[in-house]
Amino acid sequence: MALITCRNLSFAYDGKFVVENLNFELNKGDYLCIVGENGAGKSTLAKGLLRLKTPHSGEIILGDGLKPNEVGYLPQQTPAQRDFPGSVFEIVLSGRLNKRGLYPFYNKADKESARSNMDALGISHLSACCYGELSGGQQQRVLLARALCATDKVILLDEPVTGLDPLMTQDMYKLIYRLNQEMGITIIMISHDIHGAITYGSHILHLDNRQLFFGKTDDYMNTSLGKQFTGCPVCEDISEEHRSHGGGHLHE
Amino acid sequence: MNDFIQMLQFPFLQRALIVGILVSLCAALLGVSLVLKRFSMIGDGLSHVGFASLAIAYAFNAAPLLVSIPVCLLSAFFVLRITENSKIKGDAATALLMSGSLAIGVMVISLTQGMNTDVCNYMFGSILAMSTSDVILSVILSIIVLILFVFFYNKIFAITFDEDFSKATGIHTNIYNMLLAALTSITVVLGMRMMGALLISSLVVMPALSAMRVCKRFLTVVITSAIISILCFVIGIYISYTMSTPTGASIVIINLAVFAVCSVIGSSKSN
Repeated sequence: MALITCRNLSFAYDGKFVVENLNFELNKGDYLCIVGENGAGKSTLAKGLLRLKTPHSGEIILGDGLKPNEVGYLPQQTPAQRDFPGSVFEIVLSGRLNKRGLYPFYNKADKESARSNMDALGISHLSACCYGELSGGQQQRVLLARALCATDKVILLDEPVTGLDPLMTQDMYKLIYRLNQEMGITIIMISHDIHGAITYGSHILHLDNRQLFFGKTDDYMNTSLGKQFTGCPVCEDISEEHRSHGGGHLHE
Repeated sequence: MNDFIQMLQFPFLQRALIVGILVSLCAALLGVSLVLKRFSMIGDGLSHVGFASLAIAYAFNAAPLLVSIPVCLLSAFFVLRITENSKIKGDAATALLMSGSLAIGVMVISLTQGMNTDVCNYMFGSILAMSTSDVILSVILSIIVLILFVFFYNKIFAITFDEDFSKATGIHTNIYNMLLAALTSITVVLGMRMMGALLISSLVVMPALSAMRVCKRFLTVVITSAIISILCFVIGIYISYTMSTPTGASIVIINLAVFAVCSVIGSSKSN
């Protein structure tokens, strides 16, 4: 059974539909990219998948033993967070909170998990640093480590490369790709950047207030929509090239 | 120093010190979260509601704390609700609440016959405000606030840093927001009579701001904020006693000085 299945899913604000009639499913190990223009309903769908917004109609069915609180989240950063006086370790550790229930304090296993996730993302040396003083790329890694603490199943990334320079953007993409390939984490990525999406994503969901396309990335590239939106009929070759560069091991 | 020991001989000052230290502690702890969540003005809003409810309590000869704590709790929930539904933005809601309740308070005072100066003391604070029964209630309530804060510290950290993430991973953020608002209302009402309705919010905001200038971890910010708050309170009340200045204003001035020092230290550190 699929991890997440959406059937006839619609979302509305004040009775006005933002996005309607979505039908797609997400299987274990998928790397789904949700693309579309501004205002196409990508973020609304993300909120829906995270249960921050209730659907107007239709349903989101979780399967394969996925619990509602096991969808990790890499949010877009708010201005309030940029100068937040918290250490990296404190923030990463806070991802474990959903495993604690009512018990007020963290235990050894929580701290161990926070450390190993910081290791995996190469930010152990920043452990005691102030979050607000890190670079944009480092901050994203911290938030990703927190998401990994919260779940080892599905992570939803909302515009993970916005505001990063080209070099950091490539780094981030490769990192996400490795989480998907090596740690077997199912990825949902909301993105403006269609090239990043088709390079690394296994599936594409193209929205424009409704579902324009859902399917494998390769199939998407063969549709006229895919060709038009990417503006590049030979992207497939490029993507192959990128992927081979993006390989390598997590702890390098 | 002799002055200080002499000062401790007076029962009313002992009461003021006990309640003041506990309330400063609560306010400083909660303040860090409120400032970071951009809720700095909520303390101000609640203190004005507290003022109105105190005026009404006096008009009907009711016990002041027993009336104003529930009223403040209710209005804190109300502010949070309209912030969530966001037809009126949070800051506008607070402004509405502040001026509205101040007006109600003033109207009630002017319509009530034989109102003494007690209510005016609530505006700017008085060191004489605490009776023995007030002290007992204040001590109990502030200890409850402290225990709840420590117990839910990790949750408060999580919802302060990132509410959406917490909510998505199954933390009941609404409950903890309510808890934060409830603890803040209790703290504000308790501290209001000593600090004054117009100045109590500084007790919430200023130590947190000072601590954030010099500390980089959430836990150290919280602890530093608590220490700064208590120190400023004790120095402020001492100045108020020796120079016969209003209590609230003296404490705020000391806080301001500490903030200036912390800012200088903070900016020289980062250079």
